[in-house]
Amino acid sequence: MRGFFYVLNSMAAELNAKAQILDPPTIQRALTRIAHEIVERNNGTDNLVLIGLRSRGVDLARRIARELLLIIGAEPPVGALDVTLYRDDLGKVGPQPIVRKTEIPFSINEKRVVLVDDVLYTGRTIRAALDGLIDLGRPRLIQLAVLVDRGHRELPIRADYVGKNVPTSREEQIQVLLTEEDGEDRVVIVKP
Amino acid sequence: MGLTQKDLLSMQELTLDEIRLILDTAESMKEVARRDIKKVPTLRGKTVINLFYEPSTRTRTSFEIAGKWLSADVINVSTSASSVTKGESLKDTGLTLQAMYPNIVVIRHPAAGAAEFLAKRLAASVINAGDGAHEHPSQALLDLFTIREKLGRLEGLKVAIVGDIAHSRVARSNIHGMHKMGMEVRVAGPRTMLPRFIERLGVEVFTNLDRAIAEVDVIMMLRLQIERQQAGLFPSLREYSRLFGLTAERMKAAKSNALIMHPGPINRGVEIAPDVADGPYSLILNQVENGLAVRMALLYLLAGSGQA
Repeated sequence: MRGFFYVLNSMAAELNAKAQILDPPTIQRALTRIAHEIVERNNGTDNLVLIGLRSRGVDLARRIARELLLIIGAEPPVGALDVTLYRDDLGKVGPQPIVRKTEIPFSINEKRVVLVDDVLYTGRTIRAALDGLIDLGRPRLIQLAVLVDRGHRELPIRADYVGKNVPTSREEQIQVLLTEEDGEDRVVIVKP
Repeated sequence: MGLTQKDLLSMQELTLDEIRLILDTAESMKEVARRDIKKVPTLRGKTVINLFYEPSTRTRTSFEIAGKWLSADVINVSTSASSVTKGESLKDTGLTLQAMYPNIVVIRHPAAGAAEFLAKRLAASVINAGDGAHEHPSQALLDLFTIREKLGRLEGLKVAIVGDIAHSRVARSNIHGMHKMGMEVRVAGPRTMLPRFIERLGVEVFTNLDRAIAEVDVIMMLRLQIERQQAGLFPSLREYSRLFGLTAERMKAAKSNALIMHPGPINRGVEIAPDVADGPYSLILNQVENGLAVRMALLYLLAGSGQA
């Protein structure tokens, strides 16, 4: 009986196969490259701020800030933005999502803002983030950096800096694991 | 994780996790309240009706501002200017409002149980903003939030609630809430103002102010309702003030860093001396400010529960 369940379990695991698409060194290299691109595109980091979307976008923003420090010797300020109060799907499914704190302890007026998120998918989160940012001030410009772009946009939004483009089907899930939150660095694709 | 019930009627019905969720959400809302542009779109298209059968400045204003900062449409119905003066019953007023599809109705009423009565008859979420001497949960939540913000924790803290415990919905809501958060609660007041069997709520009972406030972390003074003098519950304001008024002199009996709270409105010089109310350990204005964040959290959480 036990053996039977074991077989069932491993079958289920296979059906739920997780394919790794980014390993720790690749994530590291992608962030280093994004940092270089940010410097190149903005002619340095004067007036530049990084704003990560809660929660993994914030970790990525901090890492990019450290890369920038290595490249040009100055670390731009990093803020955290929670977009829950700007979402367009509230009340559509189940209870209200948890609102976390937006912490942007500097003015974004006339700044070059790089928004940072882990996965770009429908674009709705970024739409919410743009609304949220504009409520906080009037940046000079806003750019977008993501670790993974998985396609399937539902809004006219694109990223300026992409770690990796990953073609997916809508049924698949992308999981970004980061040491700060999950104890390891890994991006996997979960097939249904 | 969210609030599962349609309404917020009492602290008694909330679980520890729900209280924590409300306080944590309020913390995030406080950031919105401190922005230059205090407006987020989350409750766009939702309607909040404030239905107040008793006078109120801070609670009504606070719910109104909280709703507006979240982009809800907020309508105030004060009963002196409504059909209630023509004799309309609470039930009919409720059904009339329901026909206008509000998402949330905030009610204050002199009768205990009025909020629950309305909640059973309305599809909208009902928030109890004070029903008779029963409960006033949003006040207790903002008190808990204020203490937690100041001291970093709630568990293990000692609180003395002082004044007319028998007629106080603030006391009742706080006793329930504080117990759930693992706090130790004392109540103190003249014997005529301590309800019989109050110790069954798990509080320590004092009739001496000095002894009640010794060793506590927080002293919560209640407003003396002056009209209670006619009912013979205390002989004179002066005597009440001498025995139960919190003055700088009386504070010597308490820990030097004990925090002072008061739900307002305060009677200066009666239950609390001006220098204590305005002193460095007074949290009275923090309570008002935090009331906004807590009420924003309640409106946000309830707007997504039940059908609203």
